[in-house]
Amino acid sequence: MNALQTVALKLLFNDKGKFFTLIIGIMFAVLLMMLMTATFTGIIQKTSSQIINLNADMWVMDPSVDSTRDNIPIPDYVLDAVRSIQGVKFAVPLYSGSGLVKLSSGRYQATQIVGIDDSTLFGRPQIIDGNINAIFNDDAFIAIKDSDFSKLDSPKNGTTFEVNDHRGIIVGTGKVSMGGLFGTPTLYTLYSRAIKDLPTTRFTISYILLNPKNTKDISYIKQEVTKLGYKTWTRQEFIDANSNYYMFKTGLGTNIVIMTLVSFIVGLSVAGQTFYAFVLENLEKFGALKAIGAKKRDLMEMIFFQAAIVGFLGYGFGVFASSTLIALAKLRLPNYASVVTFPTMIFSFFLVLIIVSFSSYIGIRKILKIEPFDIFRG
Amino acid sequence: MILEAKNLVKWFGTEENKTYAVKDVSFSVNYGEMLYIVGPSGSGKTTLLSIISGILRPNAGVVFVKDKELWKLNDNEMADFRLFSIGFVFQDFHLFPRLTSVENVAIPLILQKKSWEESIAAGYKYLEIVGLKDRADLPPHKLSIGEQQRVAIARAIISEPDLLIFDEPTASLDGDTGKKIISFVRDNILSAKKAIIIVTHDNRIYNYATRILRMEDGKIMASNKGEF
Repeated sequence: MNALQTVALKLLFNDKGKFFTLIIGIMFAVLLMMLMTATFTGIIQKTSSQIINLNADMWVMDPSVDSTRDNIPIPDYVLDAVRSIQGVKFAVPLYSGSGLVKLSSGRYQATQIVGIDDSTLFGRPQIIDGNINAIFNDDAFIAIKDSDFSKLDSPKNGTTFEVNDHRGIIVGTGKVSMGGLFGTPTLYTLYSRAIKDLPTTRFTISYILLNPKNTKDISYIKQEVTKLGYKTWTRQEFIDANSNYYMFKTGLGTNIVIMTLVSFIVGLSVAGQTFYAFVLENLEKFGALKAIGAKKRDLMEMIFFQAAIVGFLGYGFGVFASSTLIALAKLRLPNYASVVTFPTMIFSFFLVLIIVSFSSYIGIRKILKIEPFDIFRG
Repeated sequence: MILEAKNLVKWFGTEENKTYAVKDVSFSVNYGEMLYIVGPSGSGKTTLLSIISGILRPNAGVVFVKDKELWKLNDNEMADFRLFSIGFVFQDFHLFPRLTSVENVAIPLILQKKSWEESIAAGYKYLEIVGLKDRADLPPHKLSIGEQQRVAIARAIISEPDLLIFDEPTASLDGDTGKKIISFVRDNILSAKKAIIIVTHDNRIYNYATRILRMEDGKIMASNKGEF
């Protein structure tokens, strides 16, 4: 840091009122922007939890499917046809639907039921209590121990329940990468049991999960599935489509964008106005500096340095405050859908840069306009 | 001779509606001189001061400072010229309220890209010259007006310029303090290698001048030695 920057810092730090107003203004803007974008990211991630948890490379589905909320059954012959496509390593059926569970306490609980392929158990959860082979037992279900686990009265191995008037028994508990958004507990069972116990339509396969032999085969597989009258998305394509659905077709994205924009405008106006007041207070002094011999670039360096310091500090405090708030909220509300990600932080940082640039611009513009002659004229 | 101004003209307003602030003014300043430019408000003193210090471009005429034609310099050269060759003391001092006195004094050296440590050390030295070393770490608002004036003087002389320019230096001071300040400047700052130009309309300090130019309506009406 050179001597001129030291002067700029002292001018900034010694005006404690304006300095803290600037920091707090930017901090709150960052806090709000981070909370908005983190919540949005968290919600979007959770809506794709099934895609992430089942971890198939490719998904075959009805062409009308927009998101994981759509569940349009596929006839069995499509599974056979897909298996016969060159380049397909394996393809398995998946049942995904909701079931109404009657707990031993007599209470009813809506539940997400996932039926995985009987032969391969592809997409099975990581077992934390029990043995995965127990899923082949009669009426066996595996409960997922996530934030909604307690809604099933925290079942243990051997706990029985009814689902669609069929007996069910918990034979193990497992965990998955990510819980769902809608607050329903999840039970895994075999595909064959799911379609036997749960009400289904004529066609029973929700999705076909497949892995290609090679990534080069993906486009060919897609073409062949299209010929069958169905569509295929890779995992990432499905996640993106799911995100786009919630972002653009539910109003969620619009609301988040509006709130983020409002937070940005609040930060911009607080920081811009305070910085402008700070420059105005010292305007004659900056004019005197010009008279003494300060060059335009010296004054611009001072102002931009001050704005950058305020921006970086405000950003740092804002990120810290938002991360702390989210962490605290998650302690109390395990299902709280908010995730601070690197892109979220980059996005907020970019908006802070705009705030800093705007604030310095209005300050610099004012300072460059003042004529040293005005200082003499008083 | 440190400064020579020839046929300076400055007008404000539009081409059709000109208001002349300086009309064909010529004068020179020698080393060792303490020259006063005096006159009533609106006589063109401040405009003339701005022209000869490289702040306001004249419409006509030339200014030579140390044989260099001032208004042929570009913006950066002019800023450097002011920074290295002229010391300013402004009427309202224009000290940064959020900096200490010594930090205010050090500013010209900081603008000259000297290090912080070197600039501050020099600041203490020049505050000692103006008798304010013990007040160095106080902000300007904790000093009396006379002390603030001396801080401004220390800031003007820290870069050891050849030419010092004072704009109404006693306007904010009571009579005694004003005389003390000017007396101090004459006895301690003025030397055979420097010249001081003071714009004032305070006739209580006229007797400290080596020469006085009296302006009226943008023209120099008289040039006298000593008091009018």
